[in-house]
Amino acid sequence: MMEIVVYALLAIGLFFQAMGAIALHRFPDVYTRMHGTTKCTTLGSIFMCSGVVVYGAVLAFSGEAQYAILSVHSLVAALFLLLTNPAGAHAIARAAHRSGVMPKLAVVDRLQEAKKDDF
Amino acid sequence: MIAFAVFFIFSLLFYLVLTAGSGNIVFWAPEELFFGVLFAAITALLAKRLFQAMGIKPTARMLSPKRWLIFLVYAAGPFFYAMILANIDVACRVITGKIKPGIVKISPGMKTDFSTTMLANSITLTPGTLSVDVDKKGNLYIHWIFVKDKQPSVADICGSFPKWVRRIAE
Repeated sequence: MMEIVVYALLAIGLFFQAMGAIALHRFPDVYTRMHGTTKCTTLGSIFMCSGVVVYGAVLAFSGEAQYAILSVHSLVAALFLLLTNPAGAHAIARAAHRSGVMPKLAVVDRLQEAKKDDF
Repeated sequence: MIAFAVFFIFSLLFYLVLTAGSGNIVFWAPEELFFGVLFAAITALLAKRLFQAMGIKPTARMLSPKRWLIFLVYAAGPFFYAMILANIDVACRVITGKIKPGIVKISPGMKTDFSTTMLANSITLTPGTLSVDVDKKGNLYIHWIFVKDKQPSVADICGSFPKWVRRIAE
């Protein structure tokens, strides 16, 4: 039973990670690619971490206490991914726009307009 | 002094969580406890000096347990739901290739840096939006993957998030 849950969580995580990788390949420019990589890798990693959390917790409750630490570490890893991933994406997108990479196919670019009249 | 104490306590707690199960004093080995205190003190000292150099004043606002409780409800409820939707949305756009991107501006009117940061991070992880830049007045510039409206309202981009973030961080 435990194996099924862990495999399901890993499979969902893997699916989202794969979507992130395909998005990186298919989208036209850096901003749209950041959409794919931040959202999909964050949720994918969270699902994979929760797979490890479930695995560690089940083993810990069945008497092998040293596995509890595995759960705790994965939980901390998931939490920090959730906190740092959007900040990293924001830094990359901001740096790209500052160094003059314009969004392709864009119908509107308010940031460029704001920069023109003295940001 | 308060800044030092808060940094020290949180770094020590974090170190203890990471090293739990290493020995016999409750869960920790004596050397882990020693180095935990040492490294927490060094970290707190550095962080305090960094915050002073950047002119950030510590507040006790986030120490209230009510705010943490609301934060947990927010993270597990509306935020997680929006994140799942965001991933399905990206997956659909990857497969169909249907995009109409653009950078739009919203003025959420957050009062503190912390709440602006939190809102920007939430926006990045929710459907179709990615925060690119912020100006001095707290206006956010959002890369929107499917622009429905060139002058969107705050609710168009982030739904009920500003309400939650205000409750948590202001």
